[in-house]
Amino acid sequence: MEEPQDQFAIRVRDLVVGFGRQTVLDHLSLDVRRGEILGLVGASGGGKSVLMRTIIGLIPRRSGTIDVMGRPAGNHGRGAAMAWGILFQQGALFSSLTVRQNVQFPLRENLVLSQELMDEIAIAKLEMVGLRAEDADKYPAELSGGMTKRVALARALALDPPILFLDEPTSGLDPIAAGEFDALIKTLQKTLELTVFMVTHDLASLTTVCDRVAALADGKIVAIGPMRELLQSEHPWVRAYFHGKRSQMLQHEMR
Amino acid sequence: MGTNCPDEVESVNHEPLLHATPSGDVLKLRPEGPWTAANVVTLETLSRSVGTDVDRSRAVTLDMSGISALDTLGAWVLEKLSRRAATSGRSAEFVGVADHFSGLMDEVRQVNRHTPAASAAPNPVLARLGELGKSTVGAREDITIFLQMLGALFMAIIGVLRRPRSLRLTSLVYQLYRIGWQAIPIVTLITFLIGAIIAQQGFFHFRRFGAESYTVDMVGILVLRELGVLIVAIMVAGRSGSAYTAELGSMKMREEIDALSTMGLDPVDVLILPRVAALVIALPILTFIGSIAALYGGGLVAQLYGDMGPAIYIARLHEAISVAHFEVGILKAPFMALVIGIVACSEGLRVKGSAESLGRQTTTSVVKSIFLVIVLDGLFAIFFASIGM
Repeated sequence: MEEPQDQFAIRVRDLVVGFGRQTVLDHLSLDVRRGEILGLVGASGGGKSVLMRTIIGLIPRRSGTIDVMGRPAGNHGRGAAMAWGILFQQGALFSSLTVRQNVQFPLRENLVLSQELMDEIAIAKLEMVGLRAEDADKYPAELSGGMTKRVALARALALDPPILFLDEPTSGLDPIAAGEFDALIKTLQKTLELTVFMVTHDLASLTTVCDRVAALADGKIVAIGPMRELLQSEHPWVRAYFHGKRSQMLQHEMR
Repeated sequence: MGTNCPDEVESVNHEPLLHATPSGDVLKLRPEGPWTAANVVTLETLSRSVGTDVDRSRAVTLDMSGISALDTLGAWVLEKLSRRAATSGRSAEFVGVADHFSGLMDEVRQVNRHTPAASAAPNPVLARLGELGKSTVGAREDITIFLQMLGALFMAIIGVLRRPRSLRLTSLVYQLYRIGWQAIPIVTLITFLIGAIIAQQGFFHFRRFGAESYTVDMVGILVLRELGVLIVAIMVAGRSGSAYTAELGSMKMREEIDALSTMGLDPVDVLILPRVAALVIALPILTFIGSIAALYGGGLVAQLYGDMGPAIYIARLHEAISVAHFEVGILKAPFMALVIGIVACSEGLRVKGSAESLGRQTTTSVVKSIFLVIVLDGLFAIFFASIGM
């Protein structure tokens, strides 16, 4: 069913993004393969979120091309919700809508379907992300951090988009909740055959769920590959990132 | 792939189909094409069209081999058909599920199994009565909150009197600048216009029975006793009261007020006392400025429209009004300011997590303080009448 040239979900070529006189991304190129989980690491304020937001189209680019599912980005318009789902760092749930209405929102806006089916799909999505039907009538203010992320994930997946963007999905979660969330993403990625683009600092996520890891430094991708290869990388920043005291301690314990 | 972009689906694949072939008691369903969210209208029609056939047959087989694309929505529609078929001892089974769809199908088989106990729809009459009761209790709660805030302010003032240095002078001056100084232009403009309009109406109607000179009495008494302070108080409630509620509300949302409390500071001392005190100081001043502007507006209309020169207007005004009229108006101002300040601040502290709640509390704050200002004005009218002022 797939043509060979279609093996990339996202292709970024020579991307330049800047604000004022400052250049954040400098001729950056990156390929995300279909069906993989790609983790993106980089210094805080180094442009990880800028890269994600540029691909989604929230930030204008100075030059370069971005193809998403074989189509130039920016051509998705109102259909964007069907092309990708996005999990924002703070969840970004609509605070005036219940959990159920939050999950139904993309369905309601993009499709014509009966209320009955919409309710069933919403509950189905909530159960798939590990919530219960009883939680559906709560408001976002009544949810814990982990539940907020799960609801946001259910909303991002409401239309079964082929690509899922995650912005620091495990930040603010305790290690147990973070581990469960990682496992959930892995499961959903397998069942729904998603391509996942994940911005994260969580070394555990990088090691356990990511198929490949890309390191962003000085506005470029300086290393990309499975975690094993990145650990061997000679680039000074990548070495500092993975072989610093904190990282060493963690990796030591994981062995 | 699970899904594709909508128009890609239409160009590459056909519309989804559902073939139903009954053989004896067994119904064979064969879905074909892309069963994805983009085709949801067709999917709903298809599944509805075979509904009665499914109900009639003893067993249903779903042959999945013809499906080219499947997502959660499509899988759920099929699963729903199979559950409908599997009721009351009949059977339903999926055959020919492609490997890359089996994970999704297994997942969908698990969902929607357990329905939460639906809360019974309440009797509409009882629901109305319940709401009435709730709002009655709510009104009592409102009064309690108002009195609590008044008490807290009183304690804060006592604290300041004991240790005058604990007064937040910077904050007080800043609030005075914002709600007093910056409000002067708009307050002056509006009261000026009101004064002019009243004078014009007076001249127009009193002229018919030759009582034009009484227009000045009307403007003077009305503006000094009632309108000056009322208009200014309503404007301040809308302009500064709403700002107080929104400020304190967003501070509450971002846990800034909790942060203050944990540092051992009383939010009433730090945030509310300077704001309410600034209102109590500023409102009489604004009322004075507003009343003068209204009298000036009346005088201007007297000259341009009523053919009454400034000298006569002032002399007439001098006869018509006394210091008592002025006192009645200006005495009300600090009390109105106190009401506006307390309502605005306590509504701000009642904001909950959501953005909607902030908007709702701000609206409530403005509506409630304008209502209370007018009620207070009525009470003062009775009071001053009974003491003969």
